[in-house]
Amino acid sequence: MTRINNFIIPLLSLIIFCLLWELLVWYNGWPNYKMASPSDLWPAFWKFKYLFLIYGWETLWRTVVGLILSVLVGLSLGIMMGFSKTIRIGLYPILVGFNAIPKATVVPVIALIFVGMHNMNTIIIVILISFFPICVSISIGLSTLEREYEDILLSLGANKFEIFYKIALPKTLPEFFGALKVSTTLAFIGTNLMEIIEPHGKGLGHLFDSGKISADYPLMFAVLITLAVMGIFLYYIVVYLENIFAGWAIRK
Amino acid sequence: MHINIERVSHQYETKQGMLPVLKDLSLSINKKGFTAIVGPSGCGKSTITRLVSGLIKPTEGNIFISNKRITSPLSTVGMAFQNPVLLEWRNVIKNIVLPLEIVSKNMSYSQMKSNALDLLKLVGLQEFENNLPSELSGGMKQRVSLCRSLVHNPEVLILDEPFAALDAFTKEDLWDVMHKLKKERDFTCILITHDLREAVYLADQVIVLSGRPASLQYDVKTNFNEENKISDLYSPEVTELLATLRNQIEIAQNKND
Repeated sequence: MTRINNFIIPLLSLIIFCLLWELLVWYNGWPNYKMASPSDLWPAFWKFKYLFLIYGWETLWRTVVGLILSVLVGLSLGIMMGFSKTIRIGLYPILVGFNAIPKATVVPVIALIFVGMHNMNTIIIVILISFFPICVSISIGLSTLEREYEDILLSLGANKFEIFYKIALPKTLPEFFGALKVSTTLAFIGTNLMEIIEPHGKGLGHLFDSGKISADYPLMFAVLITLAVMGIFLYYIVVYLENIFAGWAIRK
Repeated sequence: MHINIERVSHQYETKQGMLPVLKDLSLSINKKGFTAIVGPSGCGKSTITRLVSGLIKPTEGNIFISNKRITSPLSTVGMAFQNPVLLEWRNVIKNIVLPLEIVSKNMSYSQMKSNALDLLKLVGLQEFENNLPSELSGGMKQRVSLCRSLVHNPEVLILDEPFAALDAFTKEDLWDVMHKLKKERDFTCILITHDLREAVYLADQVIVLSGRPASLQYDVKTNFNEENKISDLYSPEVTELLATLRNQIEIAQNKND
């Protein structure tokens, strides 16, 4: 019953959302170049169905690779900052400042440094935009570990690595997955920033840009919806992994 | 394993400067003895547990376990705290075997498990071996924590107010569990507590510390052992002993003011 509900309830809310959207457009009598309605989207999809498949895949794999790398970067920085106060106070201002820079302004810089290497440029932007939440949550999780947890193992002569591996890391997993959910959605923003600002003829961002150039507004909306669907898809993969690795922390 | 604390002074660095917590403290704990340490709150009782376990070094003085000076943590020590600090992602059995994973790395998992199960039976939780800590009550968690502190057969058990957060009935149950464990596993025990009845019921030696910086104020032997019952706590002798201890605590508190 709950399994069915878990599926039916989100689906129902989605249908209601689309109906309200359709109603809003119909009631105001907006033409599709002002605001496309859900019923305009399907023809747009169908017309460019192969492009959606090809570009969707390009956007997806670059986002996933970027996300995996940002987990590695975020984890390593977070672990260093969690264990060493010196590294923490040393790196925080730089990281915060870096995170405050609008990534759209970094895009041309990266594109110039690695000119023509579109995949790499995109992945770098994804890493830059999504490592921060992971890094912060891991460093906070590790640096706020209660003393007693360390004491149980330290009093037995355990080394730092054993404390990290047996206690600190598993204890930080729920925070890590919380941050990974944020990073997952940020990662799509990263991919599309690169694809839209520096079009190399690849990815959904390029399709969006083509829609803009040819004033095909339903196409632009269809791209946005595709991105949303892919975001939801990745998000639920993270939820699935969270259930496996940190299921103990989730209230039933 | 007798424990000797010899002229130990200790101070912590705080934002307001150095804070002395122990001053010239000397006491000795007999081999296989059970010593309760009581004293006004904030007088440095927990510092003693961290010193004896080798987690910190005293600013001055020495601590010996079996005539061997402690300079770093020993694997022959077990610890339990007021907060049971169980690992929420591990079930009960896997929580208990944790110390073995550090001190007996070559032991097979089935051997670890059987050691843990022996203890779990002693504390009456054998049906809960596969439960997660979040599924246990406060008293049950503390039982598991006690099992974990004893699974590697430590020669010294250090208890830092392990029963303080429990309700009165659960507390008395756990005192009897403690008696049972002490009878089965012969360890030297140091118990930090605020509860004078607990101190008298469990320990054969009760030590009262003065207010901060703490030194030895009062040291008394009790006639209690593992065979005693809760009802024995209401005898005239015990009542008198409790009154003496309470009086000593009051003296210690005044000194602090």
